Amino acid sequence: MSRPLGRLQVALLFLGLACAALPFADLGWGRTDPAAALLRMMGQAVSPNFAAIEAIGSTLASTIAFAVAGVAFGAGAGFLMAPFWARRGVRIASVALRSVHELFWALVLMQVFGIAPLTGVLAIALPYAGIFAKVFAEQIEDGPKGPPRAAPPRSDALSVFLWVRFPLVRADMQSYVLYRMECALRSSAVLGFIGLPTLGFQLDTFFKQGQYAEASAILLIYIALIATLRHWLRWRAALVWLGGALIWLAALKHPPMGSGALWRFLSQDLVPAPLRKGEGLARLADWLGSLLRHEALPGLWSTLVLGQIALALTGLLAIIGFGAIVPRVVGWGRYPGHLLLVTLRSMPEYILGYLFLQLFGHSMLPAILALGLHNGAIIAHLLGREAQSLSSLHRRDAPGGVNLLLYELVPRLFARFVALCLYRWEIILRETAVLGILGVATLGFYIDSAMAELRLDRMAVLLIVTGLMTAGVDALSRHLRRRIDPAGNGPLIAASC
Amino acid sequence: MTLVAFTTEDLAHGSKRVLKRLSLTVSPGERIVLLGRSGVGKSTLLNAIYDRMTASGLRVALVPQDTALVPQLSVLRNALIGRLDDQSWLRNLMAWVRPGRGQRAEVQEILSQLDLAGLIDRPVEVLSGGQKQRAALARAIYRGGTVLLADEPVSAVDETQARRLMGLLHTRFQTSVVALHDVDLARAYGTRLIGLRDGGVLFDAGPEAISDLQIQRLYSDV
Repeated sequence: MSRPLGRLQVALLFLGLACAALPFADLGWGRTDPAAALLRMMGQAVSPNFAAIEAIGSTLASTIAFAVAGVAFGAGAGFLMAPFWARRGVRIASVALRSVHELFWALVLMQVFGIAPLTGVLAIALPYAGIFAKVFAEQIEDGPKGPPRAAPPRSDALSVFLWVRFPLVRADMQSYVLYRMECALRSSAVLGFIGLPTLGFQLDTFFKQGQYAEASAILLIYIALIATLRHWLRWRAALVWLGGALIWLAALKHPPMGSGALWRFLSQDLVPAPLRKGEGLARLADWLGSLLRHEALPGLWSTLVLGQIALALTGLLAIIGFGAIVPRVVGWGRYPGHLLLVTLRSMPEYILGYLFLQLFGHSMLPAILALGLHNGAIIAHLLGREAQSLSSLHRRDAPGGVNLLLYELVPRLFARFVALCLYRWEIILRETAVLGILGVATLGFYIDSAMAELRLDRMAVLLIVTGLMTAGVDALSRHLRRRIDPAGNGPLIAASC
Repeated sequence: MTLVAFTTEDLAHGSKRVLKRLSLTVSPGERIVLLGRSGVGKSTLLNAIYDRMTASGLRVALVPQDTALVPQLSVLRNALIGRLDDQSWLRNLMAWVRPGRGQRAEVQEILSQLDLAGLIDRPVEVLSGGQKQRAALARAIYRGGTVLLADEPVSAVDETQARRLMGLLHTRFQTSVVALHDVDLARAYGTRLIGLRDGGVLFDAGPEAISDLQIQRLYSDV
C-alpha cells in the first residue's frame, strides 16, 4: 500500500484543477436581464397558487407511482443479484446498469416502448437494480461473521442465506430501500422533462405558460413530500403502495407503439450506419473516428470541465455552509439553515438547472450553480449532522460561533469532508452529462441531439462513452479515498444519490 | 480409535501463533475441559478441532463463545438452523416460511429442559444473556452429533443452573470438548482437564490427578 495522501493536498489539487478549468468554461450571462427575470418570477412565486390542484395532484401521484414501482422492481432485481456478487458477470452487469443515468435509460427505452409507463418504471428500475445489487452485496459482506460460520457445514447456500445472512442485514436493507425512495422521487420528477407525466413535465408546462405561481405551488408540495417521506411511507404498507402505484400507472393514457419496435431497435437502429448500409469496415472506422472526434471528445471535455468547477463549488459551499445547521455555531440561525439545506437537497440538480436556465439563459453557469448548490447542500447536511454528534461539542468550555467552526469542527471533519466530496464527484459527473439535455454542450447534449435526429447508433456509442467515464471516475474516486484513509471511513451510503 | 489428532502442530489465530508444537488426541467418550486464562488459545484450539472434525465428516454440534445466534430470528428458527444440512433447500425454504409441526414439537421439548419453553417464538435479540446462551445450547442439542464443541457455554447463567445444564449436555453428547473458566464445574463435568498456558499444555489428566497447586500455577501472573 502506498503512503497515505494528504487530505489537504487532494483538496487543493481539485481546487487548482477547477481554477485551471475556468478559462475553458462558458460562464457568460446568456440573457441580458437576469435580475428582471428573477423579479418577475419571484413576484409570482411568493404567492403560490394552489388552484390548479387537479393538475398538481395527478402529476405528484404519477411522480410517486413511478418512484414506488421503479424502486420495488429495482430492489427486487438487486436482491436477486446480490448473493451472486462473487461472480464477475453479476458485478459487470451491475456496473453497466448503474453507470447509465435514469434519464438516458429513459431516452433509450422510449425508442422501444414509447412514452409509456413501462419506460418510466424501467428507467428507474434498471440503474437502481445495479445500485441495489452493489449495496445489498456490501451489506451482506459486512454483516456479522459469527452466525454464518456457526451454521452446519455443507448446508446449501440458499438455506444459509435465508436463515442466517439475510435476517442479519434485513433491517439495513430496508432502511436503504427507504432512502432510495427519496432518490427515486427525484429521478421520477426529472423523467417528466422528456415527456413522462411527472413533475418535470408539469413544471415545464407551467413555465412555458408563464404560470410561475402554479409552478411555485407544485415545487412547494414536492419539497414537503420529500421532507416528510419517512412519515407517510412505511414498510408495513409497502404492498399497498406498490399495488396503488401499479394501478395508477396502468390507468395512465399513453400513445400506442407499433409492434416490433424492440426488434427493429435491436436489429437496425442500434447497428452502426456504415454496417447497416453494407459499406464495410473501413467506413465503420471513419464513422467511429469522426463521431469520437466531433462529439464524444468535445462532450467529454466540457463534461469534465463543468463537473470540475461544480465539484469545487460544491466543496466550498459545503465547508462554508455546514455550520449553518450546528446550534453552537449559529444559534437560532439553524432553523432557516435547515430549511435552506432541505430545499436545495430535495430539488434534483436537473430541476435547479432548469430554473437557473430560465433566469440566466444559456451558458454553463446555470448547470454549475445547480450542481454546486444541490451537492453542497447534501454534504453540508451530512457534515452538520456529524458535527452535532462530536463529543467535544458538548464540552462545557467548548468555544462557540466561528471559533468552534475553525478550531474544532473543520479540522475534525476535514477527512470526512474530502471523502464525501470524492464520493459525490462521480455523481456530479453523471449529472453533468445529463444536464446536457438542457442545452449545455456536455455529453448529454450530443446524446439528446443524436436521439432527436433518430441516429440511435450514434446515441449508443455516446452512451457507452458516458458509461465508461462514470465507471472510470468511480474507480478513481474509490482509489483516492483509500489512499487518503486506508482504514476506510465506513460506508457512505447516505450520500449516494 | 481417535476422533481427531494433532501432532506437534502450531495453531494460529489470524496471523498470530497462539499454540506451539501442540500434540493432542480426542477419543470417543471423553469429556475434555479446556482451562486457562483468556487469550491463551482455548477458542483457537476449539476452532481448529471443529475444522478438522468437520473436514473428516464427523457430525459436530458447536456452541461458540458469542453464541452466534441470529438476533432477529425466533428461538425456534435459531434452533432449526442446527439442522440446515439435513434437508433439501426446498424443505428448508418451507420451514423458513413456516416451521413444521414436528420440528416445533421437537424444539419445544428441548427448550422445556432448558427452561425456555415459553420463549420459543421470541426473537433472540430481546432475550437476556443467560437466555441467549441457553438458546445456543438448544441449537446444539437439536443438531445433535458425535461430538459437542462448546466455548464457555454457561458463563452467563448462575452456578446451580450451570451444573444442571452441563449435566444435560452430558446426557446428550457422548464426547465433548468444552472451554470453561469455573474450575469446580470443570472438575465435576470433565473426564479429562487440559490446562493451557504460554502457548503450550501445562497439564493434561483426569480431574482427580490435578492438584490445586497446578490450577494455581495455571492462572498465576508469573
